[in-house]
Amino acid sequence: MTEITLEMVKQRAEADARTYGYYLNPDPKFLQSLLEGLKRNEERYGYPSCPCRLASGKFEIDRDIICPCDYRDPDVAEFGACYCALYVRKDLYEGKTEVKPVPERRPLEKQSKAYNAATTASEAKPATPTKEEAKPSGSKPKLWYCKQCGYVVFRDEPPYTCPICKAKKEMFAEIKTRIDFT
Amino acid sequence: MQFSKVSGQKRQHKVILYALSTCAWCRMTKQFLEDNNVEFEYVYVDLCEEEDKQKIRDHIQSKGGPLSYPTIIVDDNMIITGFRTDKIREALGL
Repeated sequence: MTEITLEMVKQRAEADARTYGYYLNPDPKFLQSLLEGLKRNEERYGYPSCPCRLASGKFEIDRDIICPCDYRDPDVAEFGACYCALYVRKDLYEGKTEVKPVPERRPLEKQSKAYNAATTASEAKPATPTKEEAKPSGSKPKLWYCKQCGYVVFRDEPPYTCPICKAKKEMFAEIKTRIDFT
Repeated sequence: MQFSKVSGQKRQHKVILYALSTCAWCRMTKQFLEDNNVEFEYVYVDLCEEEDKQKIRDHIQSKGGPLSYPTIIVDDNMIITGFRTDKIREALGL
């Protein structure tokens, strides 16, 4: 596996900020600390989950908090910064508005899973894990489409907002038609 | 659960900080307490064993706090979520 460098983490964040018209946190020390956190999470979990949230270490459970998280867009729109404040709006970047802590938008039910995920994981370990067992119980990925722009995603649940057109979760509908790929 | 202790001259309150080792806001909070010479104990929740994580969750929720970090618990009755210097000052009389 290639080594994850701080520079890679930074470049990825910068590219993403550019794409979406955001800026990275203007405080160099604070930014450095966030990037180091992302790097650390990518090293220990295999994906860069939010440095300011407790991750479970299980991809399916943490998917919504992998940076850029599902909650970034609505948080930047409402508070000017995402939860960890890696991504900020122009006025905060320029120092015209103060960067303040952002309240947690992620549902409690999802947060709670980080506290017992490993217990479930360690129980499942001895047996050879099949595809079914690897997933959190009670959920199965489905195809969802955004009724506003047509974006399609394969997940247990639709995203918090559409990453393309920013429509809310409620705008997503399940695609129930059976698609035969053969 | 292994708490790390930071010594300080302000000891009139029992201050517990629950933090994440990767979180920049947690780092600021810890720094703020240190800069203000507050004596406190902290633990990095992400580095804890599962059993301890659950104890921490129960502790935070029993005080009515959300599962957000940093979380400060003062004298085991007051809870401050996030890097809120105004609230920390008020609670600790800084």
